[in-house]
Amino acid sequence: MSDENKDLASQDTAAERRAAQPGRPAVEAKRVHKAFGDLHVLKGIDMKVMPGTVTVILGPSGSGKSTFLRLINQLETLTGGEIDVNGEMIGYKRLADGTLQTLNDKEVAAQRAKLGMVFQKFNLFPHMTALENVMEAPVHVKRMPKAQARELAAKELTRVGLGDRLDYYPSQLSGGQQQRVAIARALAMKPEIMLFDEPTSALDPELVGEVLGVMRQLADEGMTMIVVTHEIGFAKEVADQVVFMDGGVVVESGGPGIIDDPKEPRFKDFLQHVL
Amino acid sequence: MPHHVEPDGEGLPIPNRISAKPVRRTGSIVAAVVVAILAAMLVKGLVTNPRFEWNIVWKYLFNERVLEGVGYTLLLTVISMVVAIVLAVILAIMRKSVNPVLRGVSWFYIWFFRGTPVYTQLVFWGLFAVLIPRLSIGIPLTSVEFWSVDSQTVITAFNAAWIGLALNEAAYLAEIVRAGLEAVDPGQAEAAQALGMKRSMIMRRVILPQAMRIIIPPTGNETIGMLKTTSLVLAVPFTLELQYATNAIANRIYKPIPLLIVASIWYLLITSILMVIQSMLEKHFGKGFEARPVGTKGKQPPLPGKTEGEPKDDVDKTNEAAFLGYNA
Ligand SMILES: Nc1ncnc2c1ncn2[C@@H]1O[C@H](COP(=O)(O)OP(=O)(O)OP(=O)(O)O)[C@@H](O)[C@H]1O
Ligand SMILES: [Mg+2]
Repeated sequence: MSDENKDLASQDTAAERRAAQPGRPAVEAKRVHKAFGDLHVLKGIDMKVMPGTVTVILGPSGSGKSTFLRLINQLETLTGGEIDVNGEMIGYKRLADGTLQTLNDKEVAAQRAKLGMVFQKFNLFPHMTALENVMEAPVHVKRMPKAQARELAAKELTRVGLGDRLDYYPSQLSGGQQQRVAIARALAMKPEIMLFDEPTSALDPELVGEVLGVMRQLADEGMTMIVVTHEIGFAKEVADQVVFMDGGVVVESGGPGIIDDPKEPRFKDFLQHVL
Repeated sequence: MPHHVEPDGEGLPIPNRISAKPVRRTGSIVAAVVVAILAAMLVKGLVTNPRFEWNIVWKYLFNERVLEGVGYTLLLTVISMVVAIVLAVILAIMRKSVNPVLRGVSWFYIWFFRGTPVYTQLVFWGLFAVLIPRLSIGIPLTSVEFWSVDSQTVITAFNAAWIGLALNEAAYLAEIVRAGLEAVDPGQAEAAQALGMKRSMIMRRVILPQAMRIIIPPTGNETIGMLKTTSLVLAVPFTLELQYATNAIANRIYKPIPLLIVASIWYLLITSILMVIQSMLEKHFGKGFEARPVGTKGKQPPLPGKTEGEPKDDVDKTNEAAFLGYNA
């Protein structure tokens, strides 16, 4: 309960901070296409995500939401178009003669370091404790000394409310706790942008709240977030931008107000089914 | 680590705690007695039977040549298994590579070494120095040569023996390793990638440690199999290992049975040690997998890093934590 009060208190300052962010988008998708073999999944997605804002992507199953997030994090390769993160094209660099050169592993890893990702199935490392999960990347990717990484990991875990679960293995934690460890693990790399792919879909209903609570707190702190979710309440409350995708295209987008006042029949239809 | 058995929720304020005698199991007691009697009869029959000539068994159990044989058998087993495991991991990773040449080489290796008898391979390695008298490093198809050596000095009988065993074993182990790698959820690699880890690091830190859980039991089997396969190195011929040594003594003194028993005792002893090592490895790589979530059915596993001195403390914390968890 005290947590909630804290959230409310910090909310207007975060909102102000967001409103004050002008200029360059944190993520910009330009006519993005993706095909798996003959299956044309994304058919020209345009999207701008400003720094410090929360974008919620809604859409029916199979509309390509996960695919879009995975493209931003280079877990899939683009078929057409371009994605920029902080103004820098991802996955390729443009050579002097205008042709594209695929980036090597190291360059891709460097670009990924700016992005944190949280998966529907948590994907925690089961052979490591919560603390070790969170320490892993700082120690082995950033070469941070172990003692310092341990301190950082404990701090991140405390931040998501798991300060007393440091030495638990994922299999000893509830789904909601596991997902919060996964969020802490991503945060420990100090990403500028967080991507969430249906972070609460694999959870029992009573555990959804604790994960959304952590995400809300992150949004209030001014983290740039792209969230794929079916939690309409969360979208209304936290989103600065709502994007509705269907059939591989953006059907409707705008402020959170569009949820209460949808224009497109397909969006109306979708909302009726979800609510 | 001693197994600390402790009733659930010890130290919690549970006024109506149940204390009951366990289920009576008369049937299993009877069965145990019957089996024990049968076992005792068997042991007595073996020990008192004069035809087994236990005095000779005892005399040769610690014979110098026998002990040397035990040493070589162990050495051959360990070297060839270590080399085979390293090779197998490389082969399995090559098999899953994006590079078709590497995939092809790995496939061919496994096809060839699994497809021919290990005995034949050992004979070949024994003849290596005859077939290929000099080993050299240079530019292929030219006469440029940076370094060369007589095969005979490199491929000694002992080296031929472990090379032959290891190369053959690697082909089998590679398939075991591959199955282990494939059993790891692809989401694991994705999560690691998303954290900025590079491919080799993901393999080393995330995939392999989890695959080990699946790889170890069949590899234990293979190791114990290898212990006995070492007796085939007489094909090289290498004649100092246990089976050959006891055989030689048996032929000399015309007492085959007691010396077979000598060899069996040593093989059993080594197998037992290997089994202990296997179970320790299984425990190590099973960390995080055997555990059940707090508050589910069954006993809570001992907490990692917990010392014996503070169990109560931890239980209290656990409860508090569960409480907070639902509020957050
Ligand atoms: N690796 C792949 N190979 C082939 N097809 C794929 C692959 N990944 C996704 N697809 C296909 O792309 C389409 C979009 O999938 P995606 O997972 O992006 O949908 P989604 O909007 O996230 O759906 P959901 O709400 O069910 O998660 C689906 O038809 C799916 O079958
Ligand atoms: Mg999805």
